[in-house]
Amino acid sequence: MAELTHAPIDVAPLLAAAARPECGAVNLFLGTTRDHHEGRSVLRLEYEAHEGMALAALRVLEDEARTRFELAHVVVVHRLGVVPVAEASVAVVVSTPHRAPAFEASRWIMDELKRRVPIWKKEHFADGGAEWVKGHVLE
Amino acid sequence: MRIEVRLFAQARERVGSANARLELPDGSRVADALTLLEQVYPALAELRPHLALAIDGTLARGSDALADGNELSLLPPVSGG
Repeated sequence: MAELTHAPIDVAPLLAAAARPECGAVNLFLGTTRDHHEGRSVLRLEYEAHEGMALAALRVLEDEARTRFELAHVVVVHRLGVVPVAEASVAVVVSTPHRAPAFEASRWIMDELKRRVPIWKKEHFADGGAEWVKGHVLE
Repeated sequence: MRIEVRLFAQARERVGSANARLELPDGSRVADALTLLEQVYPALAELRPHLALAIDGTLARGSDALADGNELSLLPPVSGG
């Protein structure tokens, strides 16, 4: 089940929980914070959520992905608060009998997450400015 | 009726607070709450066309009716991941 955390994402327990005897693929996707945006140097990112709605939306996404890609296991973890550059802000773990749907499901979950989950990201720049990332009107 | 407003990201910064409380006439709709908020916080007006709205955690429209004690969330364009 999806989680929101204010601590660094620890992937070891996520991978341990993903092991399935009937599966030949476990795919771990990490979204990590980048040190630049449109030519400006980024020092850190800051994430905020409507936590109740975000958790509910992530759990709906997991359920939809489980059905759509016949996943044996799926979990999405999103970090909130300040995330230093190069650390993971989001992890998606899926397990499937064969590898193709594991890749497809990870991509689909990330694409949908960016449109459907009330989480916001603010970039703090080396030049002292800070801006909310231009996002998608929530669907 | 009394409505609790929750503000996030740009909306929170434009208002200067994560919460606001509104007193509205019975029969008011979401759009009425937004109009009142804009009168108090004019900086919200620019954001309004881009806001998604939720009543008690469920996405809502401007035409949806409000009830006493509802929590109205103002959700700017999202950028998770």
